[in-house]
Amino acid sequence: MRTKKKLPEINAAPQADVAFQILIFFLIATTMDTDKGLLRKLPPIAEKQEQKKEDVKERNVFLVLVNRNNQLLVENQIGNINELRAKAKEFIENPYNAEDLPEKIKIEVPYFGEVAVTKYHVISLQNDRGTSYGAYMAVQNELTAAYNELRNQLAESKFNMKYDDFKDEDDPRRKAIDEIYPLRISEAEPRNVGGAK
Amino acid sequence: MISFRSKEPKTVPGVSTASLPDIIFMLLMFFMVSTTMKQTSMMVHIRAPFATEIKKLEKKSLVTFVYVGIPQNTKMYGSLPRLQLNDAFQPIENLREFVEKERMDLSDDQRNKMTVSIKADKDIEMGIITDVKQELRKASALKVNYSAALGTQQAVFGNL
Repeated sequence: MRTKKKLPEINAAPQADVAFQILIFFLIATTMDTDKGLLRKLPPIAEKQEQKKEDVKERNVFLVLVNRNNQLLVENQIGNINELRAKAKEFIENPYNAEDLPEKIKIEVPYFGEVAVTKYHVISLQNDRGTSYGAYMAVQNELTAAYNELRNQLAESKFNMKYDDFKDEDDPRRKAIDEIYPLRISEAEPRNVGGAK
Repeated sequence: MISFRSKEPKTVPGVSTASLPDIIFMLLMFFMVSTTMKQTSMMVHIRAPFATEIKKLEKKSLVTFVYVGIPQNTKMYGSLPRLQLNDAFQPIENLREFVEKERMDLSDDQRNKMTVSIKADKDIEMGIITDVKQELRKASALKVNYSAALGTQQAVFGNL
């Protein structure tokens, strides 16, 4: 009987080259960046007829204006971006129940019981068409930071967790915190200051 | 006497490259899993503004991208900020139609979860962004993400 011929081994060296080619294809054709940013909800557009003015008390409004030179006007005073976060926090929380800060209304919140919150506070952000996007984002970031810090403080003192640890949006603990510090940033309807477009 | 040295000169055995493909495949797998296909090629310059409070967008399939920036090819498209949708510049008026079309591609229960991510350059003026926002409101695409890069507090103030 003839001895079985040994099959020559397949050369595996080019396998690396093939894999390299596929790798390079993926390096070029794909991107790593997962998109990150500030999430916001735009107000639904109001019909012209039923554009009613909401009755908002002066003390409940925190006005932030950004002009075309990226200068800030916070509560009718020339403001600095460094101080915006602290000011916004004080406004949202109104810790000493001050007269000129938003009114506190007692509501029933799960986990917390009866809490006095600034339920109707509004942070009104207005910008010019000439404001730079970067400046706008810096202001948005500071305002978000104010809310996040307050929420984190509360979450840590009550649940010993960070607010962001409540991953699920329907988490009742997260909802409770949202109820105490509701995100109320309102962006004004754009106005054409320099005449119609 | 016993000689410990062999007569013939020793040759260093070559390094086996048999495991090289495995390593490359491993890299390949990593990239296949962790990256996503490029959707569009950028036609505008975008340097994202910095922010500290950013959150990751959860579901990529629910996100529609809108790019606003100064065209890379200023000779051809001018140096004013423009809106790029998919692979072409579009006038702002077309945004509404675009968003509505994108929404139709989603299944019924996902439509209200659609997010529009605005990727804009930090040095452009708010005018065009305001127009984009108005157009999105008209299209009732109300969930908006202002795309930003993670930066330090200093970098955020540097946006100004």
